[in-house]
Amino acid sequence: MAAEATLSAPTTADAGAGARRLKHVAGKVGIYAALVTWAFVSLFPVYWTITTSMKVAKDVQLGHLIPWVDFQPNWLGWRSLGLSPDTIGQVSTVRDEFLDRFLNSIYTAFGASFLAVLIGSLAAYGLSRFQYKFLWMKNQDLSFFFLSQLILPPVVLALPFLVLYRELALLDSIIGLVLLYTLTVLPIVIWIMKDQFDTIPIELDEAAQVDGLGPWGTFFRIILPMALPGMVAAFILSLILCWNEYFFAALLTGAEAKTLPVMVASQTGSQGINWWSMAALSTAAIAPLVVVGVLLERYIIRGLTAGSVKG
Amino acid sequence: MALTESPSYGAISRRRKDGGRALIAAATVLFLAVGLFQALNSAGLVPLGLKDWRPTLYAFLLWSVALGGGMVMMRGEAGLKALFILPAALFTAAMAIFPTLFGLSIAFTDWNLASFTGQKFNGFDNLVQLVRDPFYWNAMRNMVIYVLFVLVEYAVAFGLALLLNAEIRARKFWRVVFLIPLMLSPVAVSWMVGKSMLEYRFGPVARFARWLGFNNPSFFTDPWVARLWIEAMDAWVSIPFVMILLLAGLQAMPKEVIEAAKVDGASPWQRFWQVIFPLMLPVSITAIVLRIIFKLKLADIIITVTSGGPGGATDSVSSFIYREYRDRSNVGYGTMLAMFYLVVIVIFITLLLKFLRKHMQRMT
Repeated sequence: MAAEATLSAPTTADAGAGARRLKHVAGKVGIYAALVTWAFVSLFPVYWTITTSMKVAKDVQLGHLIPWVDFQPNWLGWRSLGLSPDTIGQVSTVRDEFLDRFLNSIYTAFGASFLAVLIGSLAAYGLSRFQYKFLWMKNQDLSFFFLSQLILPPVVLALPFLVLYRELALLDSIIGLVLLYTLTVLPIVIWIMKDQFDTIPIELDEAAQVDGLGPWGTFFRIILPMALPGMVAAFILSLILCWNEYFFAALLTGAEAKTLPVMVASQTGSQGINWWSMAALSTAAIAPLVVVGVLLERYIIRGLTAGSVKG
Repeated sequence: MALTESPSYGAISRRRKDGGRALIAAATVLFLAVGLFQALNSAGLVPLGLKDWRPTLYAFLLWSVALGGGMVMMRGEAGLKALFILPAALFTAAMAIFPTLFGLSIAFTDWNLASFTGQKFNGFDNLVQLVRDPFYWNAMRNMVIYVLFVLVEYAVAFGLALLLNAEIRARKFWRVVFLIPLMLSPVAVSWMVGKSMLEYRFGPVARFARWLGFNNPSFFTDPWVARLWIEAMDAWVSIPFVMILLLAGLQAMPKEVIEAAKVDGASPWQRFWQVIFPLMLPVSITAIVLRIIFKLKLADIIITVTSGGPGGATDSVSSFIYREYRDRSNVGYGTMLAMFYLVVIVIFITLLLKFLRKHMQRMT
């Protein structure tokens, strides 16, 4: 378009097109500058943590930033965790503790996400397809009832659960944490899954009913396979939330069921500024989720936007 | 598809109905009996030698299964349909409603886990103490400030969403990069940013501040500076969430409307305020309400970075109650504080939803 203008009216239009192009280029530069700036803001703390795990005291004190340029990477931090190349084969109590906490986090996060997606999907399918009436509550009210649990702050449940779990011998147990985490992610799972089921045409259910499948047969044989992407999205979102949870874990676990965030938090107080090992521990704690975030971003976005944005 | 009673499976025989009813009744009796004996046992009246309440828990699980089975027997297909929602409903009732009610009963007692005198009913004493507790109201005031900051987070997130929606190369790459802070645990962020990058001697931010000319940069001694840094860390983790919602809203917007505005000769600034912003209002309000709900739970970062300091300037209600329990083992008073907070936020959210409902995307 600019070229055409240049051909037809050489004098004034040329100046106009030039100014417009300049403005366009300036706009582009502005956009990319803003993108780079926010990318820096998003990534620098991660970069800082990873590089710090490879520093020695001197590098920290002198504020060295770029490996191989102003400091020589060192395995000191990873060695203190027992995860450096030279200590990986040896016995390490720190590593054993770390792996124990890591496994606890995996068990609780996967257990709770699985349970929440299981009972959440069932409830969401029911709410999407059938008409319920419980006391005065119809479907709309029941949906709101589940969703409203999102408002409940952890601090309200924490102390009652402390007492209840003590009586039930569930304190400091993985099962106890799994149940609580399931509760915290259940509203989100129901929300995502209801949105998912609402998009699957009801004619499919009707056809399955005609074929003689009962409600459960219809659900498992016909609808569930189609709702799988939504379930994956709900599962991954739950996984992230459970993996990062700290409040309940800090109050309700001790020696046995302690999760990774509790371990990270407890180290900050006791070890002073043993930066390299803290950085190594933080890196190890966030690494799984950064990988999940990069590989499964599609599902995370799908989960986050379910129900709140109608295309 | 509105089926409450389904005729397709034929009438359910009288005997089957009675059987279902009997099953539920038997399970209920069993559950109540176990509960009663447990109560007598723990009161020391009937020594059964039970160490914990597990038997009651198992009786509840058995009752739940019997309830489901009984419903199917009594109501046939309608019962089968009820079975879909039953697990989630019973789970929520047992894990949220019951503990909340149980918490209410703790809230009106004087109960310190560290002292030898056990639980003691003390009426409204905790409530009176709460009203007079300056630190609690200070934490409440801080929550108001933190919640107001959601608007700033929203503005930044909107800017980022517009950036990602512009004609750019490698959109997916930028989106992944911007999303990364959301993946990180607040506790790890507390160390990565709060304890190391903001360390006043060697932290890169302190170094940068000195380079800018600040002599003694310290980030957690001045109340407002400390509050801003806590908010900045929380914002860093949660802005991606708001951004993703807004980006989805922008992408769902009809292209013709913007093209029409372009043809009409509206400048980008006018296009934004007169076309994009009003169209985005429902998504925006949904995102803000969700973000406020999550903001009201703010605790992890404060607990691990400042413990509420300096002088309670950064305390959130959750972190304050956390310390009330952790440092003082004050279960009774702490629970009252939490219950009061719950009442306040339920009223707040209800009013907010009432006020904004007509502007929002449907949520249920």
